[in-house]
Amino acid sequence: MARTIVNVPATARRGDIVTIKALVGHVMETGFRHGETGALIPRDIIRSFVCSYNGEEVFRAEFHPAVAANPLIEFSTIATQSGKLEFRWSGDNGFSAEASAAIAVE
Amino acid sequence: MITRRDLLILACGAAAGGAGRAHATPAAMEEAIRKVTGGAAAPKGRVRLDVPPLIENGNSVVLSVAVDSPMTAADHVKAIHVFAPQNPLPNMVSVYLGPRAGRARFTTRVRVADSQTLVALAQLSDGSFWSDSVAVVVTLAACAEEVK
Repeated sequence: MARTIVNVPATARRGDIVTIKALVGHVMETGFRHGETGALIPRDIIRSFVCSYNGEEVFRAEFHPAVAANPLIEFSTIATQSGKLEFRWSGDNGFSAEASAAIAVE
Repeated sequence: MITRRDLLILACGAAAGGAGRAHATPAAMEEAIRKVTGGAAAPKGRVRLDVPPLIENGNSVVLSVAVDSPMTAADHVKAIHVFAPQNPLPNMVSVYLGPRAGRARFTTRVRVADSQTLVALAQLSDGSFWSDSVAVVVTLAACAEEVK
């Protein structure tokens, strides 16, 4: 399992816009580089990132080889109710990583 | 006499398949944009693409896109796409959001292969498209680090 770091405020007021940061450890090999022998290094990237808030998808991203290694993405959502934010990354070679964070909404 | 510099340049060329670096063709760029817009016009405005104009290292560049939108159920941004015409592939990143995002803005880190004009394109809920473009200069092309 790849290392993930997510940053979500622990508490928020109802209706507040909260900023979320999500990072995952991954080489994001572009598939355009050549190794020492001149052979092409096969592509190995994360294709998609999904953030769900209490089971409902609120943000989704599609990555291409132009996304730098260890993809970091920062976005926002409205704090609607207390619950759980779930993050899921998936990509080439069956790559999959998950993270979650709790948020308390007053 | 072969200098270290010559060798480096040779290695750089070899890394991208010999004859120069692999760039997306203008046709590929047009195709990538048409795939998103379906041929609709995407005038400049409402979108702000934030990326440093001078990039020292193209391997990791902080890029953020903000769209001027109230983000209500009736009027919100559905998707934001970023394109790089001189990268090997024109598509960089696409994000899909909705009224629950609160504001239409995201930040990530990208690779920029060469000096070029990056394009951000936003699709709004009313079906319109808006764009912004920023010309960037890359001093260390990602190429120099392509050879392991």
